[in-house]
Amino acid sequence: MKTYSLLVAAASVTLLMQSSALAGDVHVLNWKGYGTDESWAVEAFEKATGHKVINDYFNSEQEMLTKLRTNPGLYDVVMINAAFNDQATAEGLIQPIDVSKIPNAADIGEEKAASPMLNHDGKVYGVPWVWGLTSIAVNDKSFDETPTSIQVMWDEAHKGRVTLRDDALEAIQFGAIASGQNINDIKDMDAVKAKLTSLIPQIKTFWGSENDWNQMVAANQIDVGTYWSGSASRAKKNFNLPVTFVVPEEGAVGWLDALSIPKDSKNVEGAEAFINYMIDPAFYTEWDEKVGAPVSANLKAVAALPEDAFNRKVMGDPKVAERIQFQAPVSDADREAYLKIWQELKVNVQ
Amino acid sequence: MSGQSVSMGRRSPAKAAAPLLLPAYLWLIVAIFLPLSAMVFFSFASDMPFSGKPWSLTLSNYAEFFSSSVYATLLLSSFRLALEVTLWCVLLGFPAAYVLAKVFKGRTREAVFLLVILPFWSNGLVRIFSWAMVLRSGGILDTALNAVLPFKINIDLMYSYPAVIIGLVHSYVPYIVLTCYLSLQAIDDSIIEAARSLGASRLTILKRLIIPLALPGILAGSVLVFVPVIGSFMEPRILGGRTGTFYGTVIEDQFVAVFNWPLGAALSFILLAVVLIILAAASPIMRRAT
Repeated sequence: MKTYSLLVAAASVTLLMQSSALAGDVHVLNWKGYGTDESWAVEAFEKATGHKVINDYFNSEQEMLTKLRTNPGLYDVVMINAAFNDQATAEGLIQPIDVSKIPNAADIGEEKAASPMLNHDGKVYGVPWVWGLTSIAVNDKSFDETPTSIQVMWDEAHKGRVTLRDDALEAIQFGAIASGQNINDIKDMDAVKAKLTSLIPQIKTFWGSENDWNQMVAANQIDVGTYWSGSASRAKKNFNLPVTFVVPEEGAVGWLDALSIPKDSKNVEGAEAFINYMIDPAFYTEWDEKVGAPVSANLKAVAALPEDAFNRKVMGDPKVAERIQFQAPVSDADREAYLKIWQELKVNVQ
Repeated sequence: MSGQSVSMGRRSPAKAAAPLLLPAYLWLIVAIFLPLSAMVFFSFASDMPFSGKPWSLTLSNYAEFFSSSVYATLLLSSFRLALEVTLWCVLLGFPAAYVLAKVFKGRTREAVFLLVILPFWSNGLVRIFSWAMVLRSGGILDTALNAVLPFKINIDLMYSYPAVIIGLVHSYVPYIVLTCYLSLQAIDDSIIEAARSLGASRLTILKRLIIPLALPGILAGSVLVFVPVIGSFMEPRILGGRTGTFYGTVIEDQFVAVFNWPLGAALSFILLAVVLIILAAASPIMRRAT
């Protein structure tokens, strides 16, 4: 009896999920609070196109891939970091996109649109959406002058007031930049380990989410830490925190987030319309102004920002662009090796 | 007539108990046994089953534990943490239980009892975050002490090992109080009076009478505290900062951050095995005590 009713419940849940995937619905898979679920944006899009937006979320790239694998045909738009596009394409999780149906795509910077990470066999598997940096941000209350070097993280004066994200890939790539190496081809892993080993005693705590970081600054517990460019501008704009994002002279890690259409999407037309809206200058300027956003891949959208906007002034500076190392795909083997190194570091330097 | 009543009387106790036990056991099977078996199965898989990727059965997840010293070191530090927390819980909980069982009576006892169980009524995360507010520099403890003391001190316990201990002890001390209270209450007051009338000092009564008689309660409480603390991850993560990496947090990482359920499940079962071995090793002592 119990198993029977369980079966019925399971069946009805499946039915519900299928019936909600009717044409006219656009199912979007993305990080929570990352542009696609802004209520004002969703409302404007629904009013303009008649498509209804349904958001679903993931907490890690691995989870995103698993959701695509286990729910074929459920999602219409998925946000995939360019470094993961390769894997999603190879597994047949996403389909080629007809860029001609997305008018705003014509304004995307040439170098990003043609990125080999998003184009396979002459077909487009991801439309560049936004890009940003993983670098350091400082608590303005602790500095008279904003530092320009990554070495500030190792400064004795800030001992116990530094934070680092508890993420193996980010930590290792940060160590690579600090030891003057190419993040996509780390030759001297011992130098990275040594650099991180000496960093750990400086650290107050690891952060996991934007909220952690912002709360520590609000309570004046940290001076400096690794952070994401989009989050730093949200901290400043949305939460009025004394945060300044720094692109240090040693360089910064760049990432590119792209929008893709999963294979067997039931509403390709709606997906194209949604992607077009997401890279539209009108949406982007409002997003950056109201909430704080990374840099749009659409050049016209960035040009539409106020002249002194961080995403236009700093991120658009050619001198800054020179220092950015864009993240390439990372193999599963490297990823697991990084996690192991990172766990060992955390345990051994307690 | 008489035959019928005889057959009724002979009905086996198991049969009579079946209708009473069935709901509980059905629930245990559905809610605990099935998910746990699924986890056992995952722990032997080379990749996440049902993820669409090819996978096979393997022992490599268990081998991973022995491949580097990291997991053993972590398990050891979790073990130490659990021991320390249990010790503090007994030191704080036993006297409180004694006062509850032997000193207070009636309404006062009820009121104090309520205070002991009160933490159970609040969500664990809420408790931990309120500790975060108390322990950080510029927090409640820091401000209050500086307002009273004539000299300036800076208390910043947040993100440290002591903060993890404080948070965990607070969460688990009620278990010790409750179990000790039960065994202390069962001690007949007249035994204590007899000892006193024969000239035993307070310390002797405590050492030779009360503690031995309450030992089953202390041990049961200790097990109730030790087992969950060795696998705890929420308190170390939030209160421990960079010193908050323990065996439990690494298991959590495998499930949440890198989505490696097979390794996470294997690590969990190794922990379960270690806990069972510890309990088995301790059982002769416990049996003698009881």
